[in-house]
Amino acid sequence: MVERNPVLTIVTHVVLAIGIAIVAFPLYITFVASTLTMEQVLEVPMRLLPGDQFWANYSQVLGAGSTRGSAAPVAPMMVNSLIMALVIAVGKIAISIISAFAIVYFRFPLRSFFFWMIFVTLMLPVEVRIIPTFKVVSDLGMLDSYAGLTLPLIASATATFLFRQFFMTVPDELVEAARIDGAGPMRFFIDVLLPLSATSIAALFVIQFIYGWNQYLWPLLITNDESMYTAVIGIKRMIVGGDALTEWHLVMATAMLAMLPPALVVLLMQKWFVKGLVDTEK
Amino acid sequence: MASISLRNVIKRYGRGPKANQVVHGVDAEIGDGEFIVIVGPSGCGKSTLLRMVAGLEEITGGEIHIGGRIVNRLEPSERDIAMVFQNYALYPHMSVFDNMAYGLKIAKVPLAEIKTRVDKAAKILELGALLERRPRELSGGQRQRVAMGRAIVRQPAVFLFDEPLSNLDAKLRAQTRLEIQKLHRELGITSLFVTHDQVEAMTLAQRMLVMNAGRMEQFGTPEEVYQRPASTFVAGFIGSPPMNLLRGQADGARLSIGGHSLPLPAAAPRNGELILGLRPEHAGWGADGPGTWELQVEVVETLGAERLVYCRLGDTLFTVRIDGMLPAPRPGDRVPLGVAAERLHWFDPGTSQRIA
Repeated sequence: MVERNPVLTIVTHVVLAIGIAIVAFPLYITFVASTLTMEQVLEVPMRLLPGDQFWANYSQVLGAGSTRGSAAPVAPMMVNSLIMALVIAVGKIAISIISAFAIVYFRFPLRSFFFWMIFVTLMLPVEVRIIPTFKVVSDLGMLDSYAGLTLPLIASATATFLFRQFFMTVPDELVEAARIDGAGPMRFFIDVLLPLSATSIAALFVIQFIYGWNQYLWPLLITNDESMYTAVIGIKRMIVGGDALTEWHLVMATAMLAMLPPALVVLLMQKWFVKGLVDTEK
Repeated sequence: MASISLRNVIKRYGRGPKANQVVHGVDAEIGDGEFIVIVGPSGCGKSTLLRMVAGLEEITGGEIHIGGRIVNRLEPSERDIAMVFQNYALYPHMSVFDNMAYGLKIAKVPLAEIKTRVDKAAKILELGALLERRPRELSGGQRQRVAMGRAIVRQPAVFLFDEPLSNLDAKLRAQTRLEIQKLHRELGITSLFVTHDQVEAMTLAQRMLVMNAGRMEQFGTPEEVYQRPASTFVAGFIGSPPMNLLRGQADGARLSIGGHSLPLPAAAPRNGELILGLRPEHAGWGADGPGTWELQVEVVETLGAERLVYCRLGDTLFTVRIDGMLPAPRPGDRVPLGVAAERLHWFDPGTSQRIA
């Protein structure tokens, strides 16, 4: 709408502000709770202004962890989460871009069969294949290891499909020009396709990083050792039965910490992310 | 520097009875340094032929020699060719310099020499100030020149052009045509140029190869093709407006066309069914020549320098091109049409080939 009516402008801003308030309020509550003492958190109603326990709570969570439930410090969990998210994001991108390259640019027997096989796995999310996957990973002795955490989640039909779609929009003449210039397939891949995919790679990295960071069910199943917990699992393990027993201020502090890296990744890569979703340099 | 020979070159897609043959045995000998234009309507196989020379399409049958070497099984990069594509196919993420240098980098040419060669090409094409730019920051004409620059720096034996002018506007196209001619004069590199535009073909070609439906219809200089078209297809394709082609019944003295009976020149080659061709610019008012045809004017188009007069002849329109300074006939007028015998073309209606 290109209407320039001051009343409408005010109305739209008010609506937007209400929307933001609705979305942001739980976040704010989480933050406030993470700066209170245990007693203050349990007051009803809980106060809405931040308390003075910010440093105390966050340093306790990072360095020592909760005193109830699982008492592991959160800092190493953050590192675990980071490793898991990075390995999954990078691994997914590396494998899918190579598979897409093979599917689009090489003629081999059963090419479309393989493509459809990859495509069909889209219909099988982690949750559906979790029991057999768990069995395989446990038989391979990969429980409580980074390999176990990341490998089963690396294969990605979505990313392969996305790269395939992108490669199909690269003009054939570019491939032919490269052939005439004497570039072999790998040379073409590295010199032409990779730079052209940069924005798609950035967009996928953001999506996959968040996907990896937020994994819940899989790490919950295969990590028993506290040193292998991810931040998300850490939160879960801090919550013990009964409201009064859980140190909610610490849980909230951990939640805030767990939210931070994905938010940072999105903020830092926002420009590339949007570019990768909307335009391609061709 | 190289000659090219095409020997019974065939292209077929698919196999067995379902195979779709698109090039039906083209034979042509192209001399060193010649500028050859391959021209024909869309889908006639001209681009396919060029791409077979480039090595981008497999050759189903026959042989292609470049510089005396059979290249059927060679990769494009080994054929000593350079190609300019219709959409230029510049690498979007590389600067103009890198676009031109890419092939040389792969060929492991020393950096200093790459720089000299690119600078030289940039100078010829006036790209010096643009070397650091990305293709998307260039205009269509500049991109086109970069594409040519990329071809030049390779110092190939053969240049291949795949409709390189069709994405330019009319003015730029005329200008680039002249530049290509100049470039060819300076570098003297054997060139194959594909186009569907007969003006480009006539102006650029030293010899032109006219194709239709996968067959070579004629291979000759622009003058030969214009003056002695080898078939009704060439007659109708080259020349604008196209040649009038009239199917009629001859009995030695008269040709009857759609109920009209026209006196035939004495040189009429034979009796029976015939196709007669006469270019609009070779028909004129007046009673000179072997016979005067009286036709009724239907439409007149004024183009400034000339007028196109469409006259009714049976169920077809006969086009006459007259000088724009002559008074315009009005629709409905009956005009006498003078026909010069030496300007008539005769074709066999069965084979469409030229008789005389």
